[in-house]
Amino acid sequence: MSELTKALTDSTFDEEIGSAEEPVLVDFWAEWCGPCKLIEPVLEEIAEENKGRLRVSKVNVDDNLDIVRRFDVMSIPTLILFKDGEPRVRLVGAKGKAQLLQEIGRHLS
Amino acid sequence: MEADHSIEVVVIGSGPAGLTAALYTARANLSPLVLEGEPSSTSDQPGGQLMLTTEVENFPGFPDGVLGPVLMGQMRAQAERFGANLVGAKATRVKLQDGGPHTVWYRDPSTGDEIQVEAKAVIVAMGARSLLLDLPRERELIGHGLSTCATCDGFFFRGHNIAVVGGGDSAVEEATFLTKFAESVTLVHRRSELRASKIMQQRAFANPKIHFAWDSVATALLGEGKVEGLKLANVKDGTESILPVTGVFVAIGHAPNTDILRDEVRLDTDGYVVTHDGTTATSVDGVFAAGDIADRRYRQAVTAAGSGCAAAIDVERWLESHQPLAG
Repeated sequence: MSELTKALTDSTFDEEIGSAEEPVLVDFWAEWCGPCKLIEPVLEEIAEENKGRLRVSKVNVDDNLDIVRRFDVMSIPTLILFKDGEPRVRLVGAKGKAQLLQEIGRHLS
Repeated sequence: MEADHSIEVVVIGSGPAGLTAALYTARANLSPLVLEGEPSSTSDQPGGQLMLTTEVENFPGFPDGVLGPVLMGQMRAQAERFGANLVGAKATRVKLQDGGPHTVWYRDPSTGDEIQVEAKAVIVAMGARSLLLDLPRERELIGHGLSTCATCDGFFFRGHNIAVVGGGDSAVEEATFLTKFAESVTLVHRRSELRASKIMQQRAFANPKIHFAWDSVATALLGEGKVEGLKLANVKDGTESILPVTGVFVAIGHAPNTDILRDEVRLDTDGYVVTHDGTTATSVDGVFAAGDIADRRYRQAVTAAGSGCAAAIDVERWLESHQPLAG
């Protein structure tokens, strides 16, 4: 995992999401999920190109069941965009870069 | 409009067929462009259907099995090593003409701009995609109890009672895999016997967590916001019943990914590309087909790889016989 995409855990999640000034795109993923692997490089590119106006973070579902249950994640990859601490956009399933940006674009300043 | 670039061969698709075609054309110094597809959670994605499987036990050369995504990663690396140019983009349209050149358009994965490429030969290897049930609210329930990817989502159904719809190899394999997590798995199948291979069937019958709803089709997804049940109809006596499940996995079969080929090359009534004379040649001179896109009979990773190799050799010979004479 690169420096661009920060790992969140059950214990750091609220603090990180609550204190973020920019929107945070959270990727729910796991080692055993093929489509999750496909979007990993896409998310890193998005993080790199939107530094300062978007954070990209990751939640490993194997280790962080509290967050998984709280947001009712039942399929991965699931991407949730948080703005001002609130979930605004939820995307289920792997998607290409152009489509992802189209879905989250209007929430970025 | 002028093509952005002009090359020898484009391979569309990156499952076992596409990547084997890429490997062989790369080794023939044809510098293939491979349009791999875009990330998705269906079988229509880079690496193809094997990206959604776990253990592959029937690919020769792996006595202990190999993980589907690992196998595809290896095939990709092998094609790349010999000079295949792999691009994570989906072909958006094609214009094919007898004898070539053929034109293929795709979207730049980063900018979204449409790029046009002209090629002397084309190998179509876009494979097949999983069919959905075609029930109301199906799309909105994906990710809320309805799944097209057992390996991705099984984890979330620990202790749940769930259903798998289908009776072929993929359905039985998914059902067996899902018993690792679920309390019970009911296999819903429209016939009274399975189509899956004997070894898969034996495994399923021996598994105490797997139950069977024979002669049954799913007619409605129940639940608000998430799946709370599946309505079934018995095809023999017409009776209806409700299966109280919180997860539904769909594995009812595949359809070839030939949408962009519809007016370009001859397809059969189910949309599969028609090849002729025991080769990979299609109805358009200079266009070849490999893998599940042209195969309704075998549909295995190893047969797809084999036909990808055949398509590459067909392309190589075709190009040789169509080279302008020197001097």
